[in-house]
Amino acid sequence: MSILLAIGFLASAIAPLLHRRFRENFGWIALIFPLSMFLGLLWHYPTVAGGMVVRESIPWVASLGVNLSFALDGLSLTFAMIITLIGAAVFLYAGAYMKEYPDAGRFFLYIGVFMTSMLGLVLSANTILLFIFWELTSISSFLLIGFNHQRESSRKSAIQALLVTGGGGLALLAGFILLREVTGSFEIADMYDMNALITAHPLYPAIVVLMLLGAFTKSAQFPFHFWLPNAMEAPTPVSAYLHSATMVKAGIYLVARMNHEIGGTPLWQDTLLATGAATMLFTSVLALGATDLKKLLAYSTLSVLGTLMLLLGIGSPLAIKAFFIYLIAHSLYKGTLFLVAGTLDHETGTRDVRRLGGLRRAMPITAATAALASFSMMGVIPLVGFIGKETVYKSILELDTWGIPLIAAAVTANAFIVMVTLLVGFRPFWGKARATPKHPHEAPLKMLLGPGLLAVLGLLFGLFPDLFISTLLDQSALSILSEKIGLKITLWHGVNMVLFLSLATLLAGGVAYRLRNALQERLDGFRAPALMKPSSWYEALVGGMLKSARLQTALLQNGYLRNYIQIVLITALSAAAYALYQAADRVRIVPDVSITFYEAALGIIIIVATWMLVTSQSRLKSIVALGVVGFSIGIIFVIYGAPDVALTTFAIETLNVILFVLVLYRLPKFVSLSSTSNRIRDAIIAGSAGLFMTMTILLATSFDLSSKLKEYYAAASVPEGRGRNIVNVILVDFRAIDTLGEITVLAIAALGVLALLKPGPEEGRRP
Amino acid sequence: MTLLLAIITGVLYAAGIYLMLRRSMVKVIFGLIFLGHAANLMIFTVGRLCKGAPAFVEEGAMQAVEPFADPLPQALILTAIVIGFGVQAFTIVLFKRTYRTLGTEDLDEMRSTDRLPEENP
Repeated sequence: MSILLAIGFLASAIAPLLHRRFRENFGWIALIFPLSMFLGLLWHYPTVAGGMVVRESIPWVASLGVNLSFALDGLSLTFAMIITLIGAAVFLYAGAYMKEYPDAGRFFLYIGVFMTSMLGLVLSANTILLFIFWELTSISSFLLIGFNHQRESSRKSAIQALLVTGGGGLALLAGFILLREVTGSFEIADMYDMNALITAHPLYPAIVVLMLLGAFTKSAQFPFHFWLPNAMEAPTPVSAYLHSATMVKAGIYLVARMNHEIGGTPLWQDTLLATGAATMLFTSVLALGATDLKKLLAYSTLSVLGTLMLLLGIGSPLAIKAFFIYLIAHSLYKGTLFLVAGTLDHETGTRDVRRLGGLRRAMPITAATAALASFSMMGVIPLVGFIGKETVYKSILELDTWGIPLIAAAVTANAFIVMVTLLVGFRPFWGKARATPKHPHEAPLKMLLGPGLLAVLGLLFGLFPDLFISTLLDQSALSILSEKIGLKITLWHGVNMVLFLSLATLLAGGVAYRLRNALQERLDGFRAPALMKPSSWYEALVGGMLKSARLQTALLQNGYLRNYIQIVLITALSAAAYALYQAADRVRIVPDVSITFYEAALGIIIIVATWMLVTSQSRLKSIVALGVVGFSIGIIFVIYGAPDVALTTFAIETLNVILFVLVLYRLPKFVSLSSTSNRIRDAIIAGSAGLFMTMTILLATSFDLSSKLKEYYAAASVPEGRGRNIVNVILVDFRAIDTLGEITVLAIAALGVLALLKPGPEEGRRP
Repeated sequence: MTLLLAIITGVLYAAGIYLMLRRSMVKVIFGLIFLGHAANLMIFTVGRLCKGAPAFVEEGAMQAVEPFADPLPQALILTAIVIGFGVQAFTIVLFKRTYRTLGTEDLDEMRSTDRLPEENP
């Protein structure tokens, strides 16, 4: 499995190159990638269906317990097959759909990385590894939503999705780390029998909250649902793949995966149940306000994600069965309908349902595909969606207290889904033709094959549920619950309460479709205040963050050089001053050499010249003072045995003074720019910095200096360097590379000076 | 003498920092030069003083005999002085260029990047 993933990432990396080579036919090439992975998984199918788990583990950071562990059980295989199968349809479709994009190669890179990461996510058997793949899917989703990065809305949606899912990802990581505190392992297999230990631990509530935060953000549960409709900014193949069939199911996968280990408590089940139910009902109603094909589908996806979460919350064997059927059914029909929506957009130039109609003559195959998928979505016999909805209803009806309100909510939500289906799957193709921006015609083969195949699969799964789903289902359920379900799946359950509810749903959906405008007006009547809308919480949070960043920038980086210096100085001084103060009693003044009269005079000259320079208003006087200070320092070097340094100082000071005179003599006098209070403040800062440096020197000279290097250079200078002036030998011999660097710096500075002295373009233009 | 040099270094540091906090660009350059002097003197002082005994190996001898000044700080200071000069020369010319282009040496008027003042387009 690790090899499969490695190949996946590699193939993604070379996808742009291949795309440049093949262009038009790249769809077929790209198809090989998911299809071969699908076949690779199919090869394991008999093993997994037989009750075995395929495992693989490579030590990675073994000391931390982080390993490249993979496990393929029923649950993983179900998800992995959905990922690769829908991937195949989407890759082929995208080959044609993305034709007009100049940088479609980049698109295939991203979507390839996504598919591989998503596979990695469902195959991981180590929580840290799972987290890494989890974040990789978030990042590739970000790149894909923002694919049309020239559009501002695109960038905004991408960042929103990244922040919401990424934030949840961090919570998930924290949850995994807490879980490790409790169980002592990152390996999921180690935790399999620890349910009692984990649920009794005081950290358990924190673990549940953190993990569910991760799952709810990723699977767009209320109140984090708002990022998903905005993510429809992505190119349609992405919406079909990431934002309906696979990535948004990652949170649900996580809950299913960890259910056996940390589930079973009222806290876990009730949270799932309540959140799932709220998402299911609330988001389905939101679909009323949408007219964009993709937004409509997105709201129905949200509702389905809520239903799936609700089923996990119920957690009965029947509910788990419903979960799997509904999951598979939804991936098939929703993937298809998204691709159909993309085709409509591609061929007619609009995604607004109000402008589409009567297209069945121009696009007969697309119309048939859409109809097939729509029947599944509405839950019409004999498609797999019908079995899905029936089982969902049945498992809800099993509940005691909450059965009645929940079934009402489920029927309502499904009625709105039926309404969405009528709007997306039928309305564009039937009725009277409407004028569209582009002249409509049937899509190319590459854009028909994928959705067509998925729609037909929906029919086959419905007609022969035993053949396709049942065997895998038993094994999948085993990963979630510890018992086998052993329930047979059948298409026809006879005439009963559930069938009646199904019919009622269809009927209510039809009514909702007819009355949608009136309903919409009623809904507009009580617009929710901003405080109630989760998306406005997000806006406020991001806005607040930007504001505080701006404040901080304004405070710390306001463009005044002296403020930067002040901040650095005050911080450094206050941090170091305390340490110096503590060491103050260890300072002792070395009575090394007595001060002679000319040394004292030199000191006074330096201090007076410095004072002159600081206070002077005249430029010439300042330059003279600068020269005096420089030459006096040179004399100090002469006195204390450093003739080379002194010579250099004299030379450099002379050059400096000449340079200053040349540049400055034509400039006006200094003007007094700072206020007196500023001067006093600066003087205090500078004075304390000076005092601090004096104290540092005194402290440093209070200790014995045993310089091995001094002895070394004294001994090695003649034999190794062949020179008697040790300083020179060090510069040109022992540390010659340093000197070379120094010369390079001078050369660069000289080049810079040259460039600055040349007249620039703005001066050339001037008369 | 260490005490005197420590005080002089402190004064040079204080003057350098005070000048760097000015608004006039020339003064900031002066401050830069002063900081260079101060840092050199500090390295020199902390490396211990040794009066009148340069680090030379006498003619005929194989190695220097104590007392002699530590050659290493001197070598470091030499490098620092030369590089410091490179920086100063560049800054001075940069200042000249800035003044010619913008007509001001007040740093407060140069806060915004990549935009010339309105009155001097």
